[in-house]
Parts: sequence; structure tokens; C-alpha cells
Amino acid sequence: MDSYVTVLQLLDSTIRLSVPLLFACLAGLYSERAGIFDIGLEGKMLAGAFAAGTAAYLTGSAMVGLLAAVLVSVLLGLVHGFASITHRGNQIVSGVAINFIAAGTTVILGQAWFSQGGRTPSLPSSARFGTLQLPGAEALKDVPVIGHLYSELISGHSVLVYLAFLMVPFTWWVLQRTRFGLRLRAVGENPAAVDTAGISVTWLRYRAVICCGILCGLAGSYLAQAQGAGFVKDMTAGKGYIALAALIFAKWRPVNAMFACLLFGFLDALAIRMQGHPLPLIGEVPVQFMQALPYMLTVILLAGFIGKAIPPKAGGVPYVKER
Amino acid sequence: MAETAIELVGIDKRFGLVHANRDIHLRIDRGTIHGIIGENGAGKSTLMSILYGFYQADRGEILVNGKKVSIADPNAAIAAGIGMVHQHFMLVENFTVLENIMLGVEGAPLLSRGIAKVRAELKRLEEDYELDVDPDALIEDLPIGLQQRVEILKALYRGADILILDEPTGVLTPPEADHLFRILKQLKEQGKTIVLITHKLREIKAVTDNVSVMRQGEIVATLKTADASVEELAELMVGRHVLLRVNKGEAKPGDVELAVEHLSVRDNRNCLAVDNVSFNVRAGEIVGIAGVAGNGQSELIEAITGIRRAVSGKVTLDGQPVDVTGKANPAELRRRGLAHVPEDRHHMGLVLAFEESENSILGYQDDKHYLKGPFLDIEAIRTDAQKKIGQYDIRPADTRLKTANFSGGNQQKIVLAREIERDPSVLIVAQPTRGVDVGAIEFIHRRIIEMRDAGKAVLLVSVELDEIRSLSDRILVMFAGRIVGECGPEAGEGEIGLLMAGVEKKAAAE
Repeated sequence: MDSYVTVLQLLDSTIRLSVPLLFACLAGLYSERAGIFDIGLEGKMLAGAFAAGTAAYLTGSAMVGLLAAVLVSVLLGLVHGFASITHRGNQIVSGVAINFIAAGTTVILGQAWFSQGGRTPSLPSSARFGTLQLPGAEALKDVPVIGHLYSELISGHSVLVYLAFLMVPFTWWVLQRTRFGLRLRAVGENPAAVDTAGISVTWLRYRAVICCGILCGLAGSYLAQAQGAGFVKDMTAGKGYIALAALIFAKWRPVNAMFACLLFGFLDALAIRMQGHPLPLIGEVPVQFMQALPYMLTVILLAGFIGKAIPPKAGGVPYVKER
Repeated sequence: MAETAIELVGIDKRFGLVHANRDIHLRIDRGTIHGIIGENGAGKSTLMSILYGFYQADRGEILVNGKKVSIADPNAAIAAGIGMVHQHFMLVENFTVLENIMLGVEGAPLLSRGIAKVRAELKRLEEDYELDVDPDALIEDLPIGLQQRVEILKALYRGADILILDEPTGVLTPPEADHLFRILKQLKEQGKTIVLITHKLREIKAVTDNVSVMRQGEIVATLKTADASVEELAELMVGRHVLLRVNKGEAKPGDVELAVEHLSVRDNRNCLAVDNVSFNVRAGEIVGIAGVAGNGQSELIEAITGIRRAVSGKVTLDGQPVDVTGKANPAELRRRGLAHVPEDRHHMGLVLAFEESENSILGYQDDKHYLKGPFLDIEAIRTDAQKKIGQYDIRPADTRLKTANFSGGNQQKIVLAREIERDPSVLIVAQPTRGVDVGAIEFIHRRIIEMRDAGKAVLLVSVELDEIRSLSDRILVMFAGRIVGECGPEAGEGEIGLLMAGVEKKAAAE
């Protein structure tokens, strides 16, 4: 029973830790399936988290925080779009620039406005997204195994967690079953085909980066308003890059993306859990090694264990009408 | 008097300094197949792109069915009943046929309704025009001919009455091209108007009712196809008299320069592509290898030139063995006097992003006279390139222009100049005139004959039977990896055709 509880706790934190990855990964999916590589997921998430922390603190409203995060992230997405769609700039350079802007600006503004070393002030619980008790969770709590599973693992997360996982089937549905999705996938593979079919490549790709911005904003909001209580300097800590790795690992498919993010989340959870616990046979493992584990596994997985991941064919290439 | 489907009045278009279309006036009758012929870069594709709304004309008017229309984008063209089959297919390769056809005309924000409609409509088109294709197949799994059919279906599904095909046979095998022509004739009978853009004279004669000839952005003539001879059209296209037949004297074969014995080669899928092939090429003769593409010709050449390792067999160059099953490599063979004009110049012959001068030494960049110490001697390379440009009439005569900006014929001349000017003892030429315009074809053929007359051994591989027959002194026919027959240049098209189809000589005679 004890170990069952341990496993449940581990899985519970897996879910919490994979949510920002999942939002960011799906964000990248919209953008990259449309042919716009986005290495700026990290920056958008970070700026979103800062906006969420600031707006939620100033207004005391969780919802306003979330909207601010989405707004700021979408604006940064549009900057990326302006550089890489309208001006056909290099998408990697533009994305990296966004990451730097976000990393610097959040700290400077945070310090200037709140003088707490780049943090935003702690948010009261009313300005955060509290946990949601699903119906029956309380009643089922004492039912062994199933009840535990339900009340510990499924129930008791913030609304953003449920939203993140609902986004997975929703994204699949959008891509496979809607006109927008069909065109989005087409523009990432062969924009000339979209253009000759009489559809605007530019507007379509802009819509894709807007979708990407919204989801990155949600990821930022989750970090500052659900997982944490306010913005902390560099709080994304490379999650945007892990999300990109997960996206490749998932071969740009939503359901795969969910499993990839859960895997990375699990590794993260495991690393936290194992800190200070000696391993059988090996003994105590340094904290740094455990912290590095998810990243090392990312490299190993990407290097050889996923087979050939074929990116959208037109990814990273600005569209220019051929003569 | 037939009704007019399309009328172009004074269309004019410039791209920077290039005057792509000059004051074009053109009338296309309803229910006809109208050919537009011209060399690469004559402005055919630009004109059609204007008609399809991909570009806007600087001046001029377009009338469809007698009514003036403004075609600002492909949507407007589709609305006016104009459909286009592009030279490079506008298909999403990992989409199904169905998804490709409905892209842009989905009907509603949700796909489900549109899908049912496309299926029904496809079935109808299939019955009306015998254009059958599996709607659920992925494009990347379909052969090129079927992919083209999807493009045609795309246009028809959008309600096109006027169908423009831009160089539709460039990527097709001869039987696929014949099939396409049957489809086009059928479409014509159903009242559709078809505009066929091509630079191949044969196609014009085979399928069109009327033909317009373009040269340097202008329409120089519009004729009834029946009234025009091939020679006349060629002359109009190029602007001077063109020899379509190759004049050549007797071959004076000398010693065996290249001998191939029991050569076997595997392809990328590890299947036996070349199966125990033996032949030789003497100095002063052209040996042609005929065959439908994909019967082992590519692998054969790759093995002889050291690009691909052979499984077994022997190759002798100039009396010395070539280690084709082991260490032979292209650089070594080049040094030993084997020059190779590869079948796909974009893939193997040139680096399109390089300057002309860089491509003109590619593969020979280690030569002393291109080097200054450890560095390339840019001056010497450019001077050398300039000389070749003059000798081969490569246009534009700019050594610093990116190779991608040359036309197909001029690109091929760059490769040819590079290989021939090294004075090799054996020249292997594959598909020398693929995607090359008439004027350049004549030039290239003459050069190949000159090589023979200079006492070189020439091995020619081509899927164009005409080319094989007019150039070769001996013809070998390849089928399924084996040489199934040998004949002289006087052999009839029918005889070689049967061999190419794998019918053995004896059986054919019976």
C-alpha cells in the first residue's frame, strides 16, 4: 500500500510537471505544422508567466492574469510572424531573439516595478488557479486502489491541467477534421499548393503563430498562477526546449505529444523524488546527475530511439513565389 | 467561326530587367487543344501564370468567353473557369488524393461534409473521363503519371472549363505521355478547352489543333497544327534554321576503349538491377543504350563511373582494369580519362547554388592549373569558364551568375563543356537532352558526334529512342537489367520498341 501511494504521488507530480510542457509542445505543433519553426516557445512562455504574475497581482484576478499572459505571448508570436512570415527572415534567429528579449525584459521590468530581485510579489490564492475537486472525489477517497487513483491522481488539479489534456484531442480534431487544420497541415508541407489553391499563405501562417502564442500564454499562466504563486526569474528553466524535443519525439502529432510530455514530466518528477534517496547497488546519486537525467535522456531518445522523425517539409523555409 | 474561350489583348510583363512577355495577343478557340511552344525562357510559363492569376500583367486585358475579367489571384482564375496543371505539381505529398483535391474548396469549416461531396464528384469525373485514381491513396505512393491525374482532377473538381497544362510530359515516360494525350482528347470531346505548353515539337503535332509559337517573350506565329511542319515550327521557335536530323559520317571504330564483362549491380533496394551485362565501346564509335527508364541503365553507368559498387564483373578502361567491385571511385576514373555527363544534372551534375565558373570545374578542382598554392585560383577558373562559355555558346555569358538561373539547355552545356574539354578518352553521356530546348539539342548532338570523330569512345544512354537512333553507331537494348538485343542504327522503331518491352528478338520475328 505504501509503495502504491508513492507511485501515485510520483504520477501526480508527473502530471503537474508535464502540463507546461504539454501546452508548449502543442503550441509548437500548431506553428511547426504550418511550417514556422519556433524555438521561441521558451521566451513566449516566460513572458507569459511574467505577464500573468504581474497582472494577477495588480488586479487580484486569476482570469485577468491568464488573459495578460495570452496577450503578451501572442504579441511575441506576432513579432516572430512579422520577422519570419512577412519579412521572410530566419526563423531560428527570430526565435532566439524572442528568448533573449523575454529573459532580459522580464527581470528588468520585474526589478523596476516590484524591486524583489526580478520576482513578482507572491500571489494570494484568489489570484491563482486553485485545485478543482472532481465530483465524487471526496466520497471515493476511501475506496481502495480505484478510489485512490481517482481522488489522488485524476481529481484535485487546477483547471489549467484539465484544459491542457483536453487540448490534446481538440488539437487532433482541429488538424484532422477541420478546414483550418487541413490547410494548416498543407501549408507546412507545400505552401505553393496552398497558394495555387487560392488560399493566403501569409494569413494562414499568421493564424498558426497566433494559436501558438495562445498556448504558450497558457503555459506561462500555469507556471505563475497554478504551479507557482507569482513569477520567478527564469522560471521556465528550459521547458520550452524540452517541449521542442518532445515535439520531435512525438513526430509532430498531438497524441504522441501528450505521451512524450508525460514521459519528460515523469523523468522530471523522478529526478525530484530521487534526490537524497540512495539507489540500490549504486548508492547515493548526486543531485546534479538526477537533475540532468531528463536532458540526457532527451538527447539519447532523440539520437536513436524514435526512428526517423520527418518534420513538415516546408518547415523553416519562408515562402517565396517561384518564378 | 468557333467561339473564343480566351482572348489575351496586349499582355505585357517585366521582371526587373527581363521582359518576359511583350504585347501578347492570343485567341484560343473553345473546344480545341491549343499548343503554346517555345524554348525555355521564351515566356510561355509566365504568360500562363498571368492567366492563372499567379502573377499580374503590367499591361493588357484578359477576356474569358468574350467577357473582360480581372484575374488578381488563383481564386479569380478558378471562378472564371480556368484550371492549371503546373509543371511542378502543386500537391501535398503526404496527403491523400482526396485531401489534395478538396484543399481550398472544402465547402465548410468542418471537413466531413466536403469529403462526401468530393467522393461523389470524383466518382462522376472518373466515369466521365476515365480518370480513375484511388481517393484514399497517399500522393507520395503514386507514380508520377497518377499524380498528374490528380492535378487534372483538382482542376476539374473546381469546375474548370479551360485547362492549362504547363510542360505536362517533362516528367512522364512515353507510355504515360500517350495516356495523358488520350485523356486530353477525351476532355476536348467533352467541350473543354485545353492549353498545352511544351517545348517538344512531337507533342504539338500529336495532340494540338492550333499552335502558337513564342520566342523571347513574343508570339511570333499562330498556326493550324495540320498546316505546320515540324521543321517550320522549330525554325519559328529558335529563330533560325534548325537541323532536326543529325548529319554524321561513317564511324571508324578503333581499339576497344571500354570493356564491360559480366557486370552485375544491385540498386538501392538491394535488388539486382544490372544482371550479367557485357559489351564494349571502341574508340571512334557511339554505342547507344536504349530502354525504358528504370531498367538498370542508371545503375550500370553508376557502376562503370565508380559511383556505385558492382557485385561482380570486370570493367577495363584503356586496357587497364577498373576495380568496380572494390575501390574504384569517380575521381580516379576521371584522372584516367573517363568523363561522365550524368543523367540528372541537378542531382549529380551541378551544384545549382554555385556560380557558373565554380560548376565549370567541379570534379576537377584539384587540378594544378586551377590552384594557386593550397587555394583556388579564381582568376584562372573564371578565365577558363569564360572560354568555355564562348565555345559552347552558354547564355547568359556570365561566369558569376548562379547556375540555378541558367535554362536547362545552358545548364547542360555547362556540364558538357566541363567534361568534354578535359579531352577524355571515354565519354559517358546519359540523357544528354532531357529538359533541353531544340536549339541546344542540335548543338549537344553535334558535340557528341565531334567527340566520336575525334576518336573517342562514347557511351550514350537515353530514354529518347529518336536520340539513340540518330546518334548511335550500335544500339544495345536494355530490359530488366539485361542487354536483350543489339542492332544497328538502321533498325526500325518497332523492332527496338519490342526489345525495349522485353520481347526477345526471336519471338518478335515469329
